Amino acid sequence: MSTSRLVRLIARTGRIAEPVPAPVGTIFEGARVLRGSVQVRYVDLGGGTDCAMEISAAFGPIYDLERYGVRLVASPRHADVLLITGVVTRNMVEPLRRTVEATPMPQFVVAVGDAAIMGGPFLGGYGVAGVVSDFVDVDLEIPGSPPEPVEIVAALRRIAGR
Amino acid sequence: MTLATVLVDLVQVLLFAALAPVLIGVTRQVRARLEGRAGAGIWQPWRDIRKLLVKQPVRAPGSSWILRVAPLVLTISSLVLAALLPLVSTVAGRLIPGDLFVVVSVLLIGAVALALVGLDAGTAFGGMGSSRHMTVLALVEPTLLLAIYALSIPSGSSNLAIIVDSRLANPSIIVSPVGLLAMAAFIIAVAAETGRLPVDNPSTHLELTMMHEAMLLESTARDLGWLEFGSWLKLTVLLGLIGNLLIPWGVATTTDPMQVVVGVPAVILKVLVLGGMLSVGEVLLAKVRLFRVPELLAGSFVLAFLAVAVSAMVP
Repeated sequence: MSTSRLVRLIARTGRIAEPVPAPVGTIFEGARVLRGSVQVRYVDLGGGTDCAMEISAAFGPIYDLERYGVRLVASPRHADVLLITGVVTRNMVEPLRRTVEATPMPQFVVAVGDAAIMGGPFLGGYGVAGVVSDFVDVDLEIPGSPPEPVEIVAALRRIAGR
Repeated sequence: MTLATVLVDLVQVLLFAALAPVLIGVTRQVRARLEGRAGAGIWQPWRDIRKLLVKQPVRAPGSSWILRVAPLVLTISSLVLAALLPLVSTVAGRLIPGDLFVVVSVLLIGAVALALVGLDAGTAFGGMGSSRHMTVLALVEPTLLLAIYALSIPSGSSNLAIIVDSRLANPSIIVSPVGLLAMAAFIIAVAAETGRLPVDNPSTHLELTMMHEAMLLESTARDLGWLEFGSWLKLTVLLGLIGNLLIPWGVATTTDPMQVVVGVPAVILKVLVLGGMLSVGEVLLAKVRLFRVPELLAGSFVLAFLAVAVSAMVP
């Protein structure tokens, strides 16, 4: 793409982030120590990738989670929050344990979607080892199948406190 | 006299330590706005650092003291750089010999510390990042040396403070062919050294393209905080140097308090404007393929070499 075309596109698009919705109630207990800076590591343990699409929308330009100081990072060692979707499949039990181990304290585990919280239709499948709370302590749950980006934004804003 | 110089230099170091996260905030904010997003605000890097410094580090089993010490070495090398270079004032450079070899060596100490961090935990990505970083550095350092050498020829000294002084006294040096060629080479070398586009993408998490990020993957909490802060400070200081070389007006040449009062906002303005321009440029540029980075850096070396050659022909 030529530079002039890119500049025209930027000028035409302008600002597409939606206006900030009303504050979302109280800050999540214990997250006060983060003081407005939340780094998120996203972990998909298995499932339909529907939650993954909603999460990527929440971090996209329209919902713009980054404006509340919430950022996706490439390594659990940089993370404060583990955003977990899907039922725990057998192959992901060990990676989940290692990811939690690699995350520095204080850490928060957020289960996104009904599959992660209670298993949904996947429970009892031959490849499914259980739900997230069977293996790690879940701090916050975002129900929905999949939850809307607005709900993901609201939950993470409670951790960021902004 | 000496006490006043030390005080002015202290002001300069503290100013740049405070300015570094703000500069990163400004570049991220400009980028967010151009992408149509609202952005986290210019104070977000400050919040990130504040949080990282209170978290408890988790270090990989088998990692050594390097992982603890190297982040501090990087930060200290950047602080030394902030003290040596002519940013708020050129007085410190006359007291301590801030010539080109000292400056490039201090830059190298920080870069080697960063590469050791990447190697220490023994992961594949860390090692890959370190090896790429070292490859780029091996190509950048000769350009930096040669570009500063070319800048030093019209001034008759390789001390950066004196170079800035002479450019202030005789602005025709700035727009001379030697000055322009050397500055072009210097700017490309600085972009490579600080891991910005088109050499490295600071906002990428695509494992196969990253250099700087790959070396940081195993660092946590305060280790990560110091590494980030040191890298940001290095970028801020080098932008300040570019600003003062291109537009030397406003920099304090004595320890006179009035000059320092003018020098502080002048250098803040230069750094932030350059940071904004860097960010706009990064939106418009794509990262070059890793195998083409040597071509780009060879190009910048040729520019620096031409600057030296031209200065030999045009006395």
